[in-house]
Amino acid sequence: MNSAATNYQVRFGGVGGQGIVLVARLLGIAASLFDGKEAVCTQSYGPEARGGAAKADVVISDDAVDYPFVTEADALAVLFQDAYTKFRPQMRPGGTLIVDADLVRLSDEETNAIVIPAIKIAEGLGSKIVANIVMLGCLVGSTGIVSRESVEEAIRSTVKEHVLDLDLKALDAGIKFAQGEAAA
Amino acid sequence: MAASPAKNTSAPEAGTRVLTGDHFMLGDHACAEGAIAAGLDFFGGYPITPSTEIAERVARRLPALGGKFVQMEDELGSIAAIIGASAAGARSFTATSGPGFSLMMENIGLAAMMELPCVIADVQRASPSTGLPTMVGQSDILQARWGSHGDYGIIAYCPASPQECFDLTVRAFNDADRYRVPVFILMDEIVGHMTERVRIPEPEDLHLIGRKGPRHAPDAEPFLSFAPDEDMIPPIAHAGEGYRVHMTGLTHDERGYPAMTAEVHNSLVNRLVDKIRLNADDIAMYEEVDTEDADTIVVAFGCTARSARHAVAQARDEGLKCGLLRPITVWPFPETRIREIIEVGNVKRFIVPEVNLGQLRREIERLTHLPVKRLNHAGGAMPSPDEILELIRT
Repeated sequence: MNSAATNYQVRFGGVGGQGIVLVARLLGIAASLFDGKEAVCTQSYGPEARGGAAKADVVISDDAVDYPFVTEADALAVLFQDAYTKFRPQMRPGGTLIVDADLVRLSDEETNAIVIPAIKIAEGLGSKIVANIVMLGCLVGSTGIVSRESVEEAIRSTVKEHVLDLDLKALDAGIKFAQGEAAA
Repeated sequence: MAASPAKNTSAPEAGTRVLTGDHFMLGDHACAEGAIAAGLDFFGGYPITPSTEIAERVARRLPALGGKFVQMEDELGSIAAIIGASAAGARSFTATSGPGFSLMMENIGLAAMMELPCVIADVQRASPSTGLPTMVGQSDILQARWGSHGDYGIIAYCPASPQECFDLTVRAFNDADRYRVPVFILMDEIVGHMTERVRIPEPEDLHLIGRKGPRHAPDAEPFLSFAPDEDMIPPIAHAGEGYRVHMTGLTHDERGYPAMTAEVHNSLVNRLVDKIRLNADDIAMYEEVDTEDADTIVVAFGCTARSARHAVAQARDEGLKCGLLRPITVWPFPETRIREIIEVGNVKRFIVPEVNLGQLRREIERLTHLPVKRLNHAGGAMPSPDEILELIRT
């Protein structure tokens, strides 16, 4: 039973091709295969996945997750303006909002968002394709919903050998950014 | 807690039939892995959303295991191919969704009549016709039971999780072989496209049975390919095993030859129905949550059962006497258990949420005069826990 107390809802929003589904899957693997929790992953699946706002949801709980969809996101990580506009209203008040600094312009009322230059950080590491992993690192570092070790295991067991180092660096950069934010 | 070694599914080892261990796996992929673990030899199919990931997974895995994957020209070809493969002894399988399921109906009747075991996954999407290809439906359940013309028995499982997609597909192959019938995995888009932990057991824990074959050598005496044993199931001899076998969709005698009489027809068709009907209590599966003292019982299957389970738990927290009965087989429908619950007398009403306009509700109404409240969505979304809870409260 997923009561409100134990159920943690994460939504990743972006546009097709950014690797939104992959990071949701990595989070789910970290939680359910390496952290001893239960997790369900779903994704939007339709024409909107090409060019429109795409999403991937992960619901994590200590107990079995019954309802698989995000109803009120505890954490929302977005890499695309339309995704911010569309999914922001479904966030729990006080939830964790993480946005890319260059791709998302926050509304004037927004307070407490974590604004991370994920694309720039990824480019600095060698390729902007790992911006999704930077976002995942930031989410893990700021929420602690899964352990760092479990996410690293999830990455090791999933991604191809030639991108493994880059992905682990991207994860580390995201976590460090979140820790810096917390310290600031 | 993870007793078995955690693994992942991105690069399944070629040549390993049973991927023992823990996976974070898509429902469609878990169904494919269930079929492969159950000894799948032949897949003939035509891709259709939201079942395509089953075909993709089988296409990638089965050839390396010595099995055959054939992408057919359409669903009529798909079902015909798997029935033919079954006649040659192959454990055979196809996967489709509503529009393809409709096209398969004629030859599903042929499989029932020729008693050729096969497994068909139907990942239901919003229907009728092409409907909403990428969105959920649960509206094929009466078609699964009655879709081909005439009377015949079938079995249909409704998994509510990727784990059950695996487990029930293994069962489906066993049932198909044991009862010589088409067996359906009635999935839905939500369960098929959901990723969750799937624990795949050791091969020896799958408890695979086989088909019951002839008890004498090919040339010892004529083989009667449709002579039933006491369990109503005839032993099966496959093409190429040396026995003379004749199969036809026409009414046939124990040799399998056409026998155009009312008496033979009446006896044959009654047996096709009775081999499932009289074994229904052995075949039927269901899950119960908090039903003992419940005055309200929610009956829900597949994805909708997940909403219902959430709602029932919340209602219990509010002190409401309510329970969940989840048919795991919709066919045979677990009616013996539902009659027992009604006879005990605690239940005062049923609530049936489903992603169709009342197909399962008819089954409950057939069994009781108690009020049966409906909660229907025509497709594209499933009833939410809040909607079900609201009905429980009122």
